[in-house]
Amino acid sequence: MNKLIFKFIETHKLDILDEWIRTTKEAADDRVLRVVSDQVFNSTSREFVDLVISNLNGSKDDYNSRLNEFSEKVVRLGWPLTFVSRGLHTFGVIVLDRMEQSGVITEENQRNLFREFSEWMQPMNNEIIDIYSATWEKTVSLQKIALQELSAPLIPVFERITVMPLVGTIDTERAKQIMENLLKGAVKHRSEVVLIDITGVPVVDTMVAHHIIQAADAVRLIGAKCMLCGIRPEIAQTIVSLGIDLNQFTTKNSLQKGIEAALELTNRKIVNVEVAK
Amino acid sequence: MTIQSCVTIINEWDIVAARQLGRNVAKELGFGTVDQARITTAISELARNIYLYAGKGQICIDKLYENGKPGVKISAIDSGPGISDIRQVMEDGFSTSGGLGAGLPGVKRLMDQFAIESIPGDGTQIIATKWLR
Ligand SMILES: Nc1ncnc2c1ncn2[C@@H]1O[C@H](COP(=O)(O)OP(=O)(O)O)[C@@H](O)[C@H]1O
Ligand SMILES: [Mg+2]
Repeated sequence: MNKLIFKFIETHKLDILDEWIRTTKEAADDRVLRVVSDQVFNSTSREFVDLVISNLNGSKDDYNSRLNEFSEKVVRLGWPLTFVSRGLHTFGVIVLDRMEQSGVITEENQRNLFREFSEWMQPMNNEIIDIYSATWEKTVSLQKIALQELSAPLIPVFERITVMPLVGTIDTERAKQIMENLLKGAVKHRSEVVLIDITGVPVVDTMVAHHIIQAADAVRLIGAKCMLCGIRPEIAQTIVSLGIDLNQFTTKNSLQKGIEAALELTNRKIVNVEVAK
Repeated sequence: MTIQSCVTIINEWDIVAARQLGRNVAKELGFGTVDQARITTAISELARNIYLYAGKGQICIDKLYENGKPGVKISAIDSGPGISDIRQVMEDGFSTSGGLGAGLPGVKRLMDQFAIESIPGDGTQIIATKWLR
């Protein structure tokens, strides 16, 4: 590491910081300004410059762990990556410009200095990008798990009657889960009637219909009856236009009607009871 | 007059994006819920065919105006393997993937106008339009 650079930064710390904060803010767009508060931005910028200067005194290991800590903090602040990496670039430009103006950079040391400077900036960039992408990957995988848990729940509502309410888009992955949960759950709960409610499915195209038909067939094979509920009027019309035949299984337009029919099939019904006044 | 926007179809989630685009345009033009469902379902079929059979392609949605009457035009364009027998794929129940084989004939019934052009080895282009009544 070139002490010249860090010494220069240390000596001109306040001026550099001032210019850096100003130019970065000027370049930021609305999206960034909404998530970056002034106060946090100023203190974080100052912290960064201190981190840079710590290069001068501390050991390399010490610096690396501080860099790691700093990067994690920035990522946690939720600043856009482009904003942070552009900020780093701006910092480099300001420092080099100032070093040139004050004559610290000369013909002879120019090449060396530039190279060392970029060798020092590069790991910093990498570290920040690494931590950003690790955070994203973690978020995505957590959301995947959360989605999976939500994707195809089977709920025993009455003895021998279970409901699978489907909400949202059905893709291949989810279709697989629907089938799996239906079969496993229907056996576990000793279901005689399984209701699939599609009130919350935005589009029923031939793939979704195909999966539902297959699921219903499979349910039938394990000895239960499958009912399709919550077919909205517009969905019913498109299904007819597509030429899909749903006659092979009972359909009810609401979950409530479906449950009533399921109770009837299992020789039960819901009655009002007289309450003594 | 046409105003176009497109979605590139590469993975399953692009199908959802194309559908969303179509639904928004249909809503803007004043299509009712039934026609919105028809248009989105047609887009879903065409986009899924691109994903399944061509691997990659584009769904473009145009707003059309003819004699002051608005319409939605769906263009599904790919450079996939193409279709050699168009009559066959337009039959109900024909599928090379174990599907229901109701997609293409279904889209034709869901929309007002339907045109398919395909060159084996070169790709497929399907254009379907629905007019506001
Ligand atoms: N974009 C395409 N490129 C090549 N082949 C296609 C394309 N779209 C549809 N096909 C062929 O047409 C057949 C029928 O399509 P479709 O009616 O959507 O039914 P499905 O998708 O259920 O098979 C498909 O099985 C496939 O062989
Ligand atoms: Mg299809």
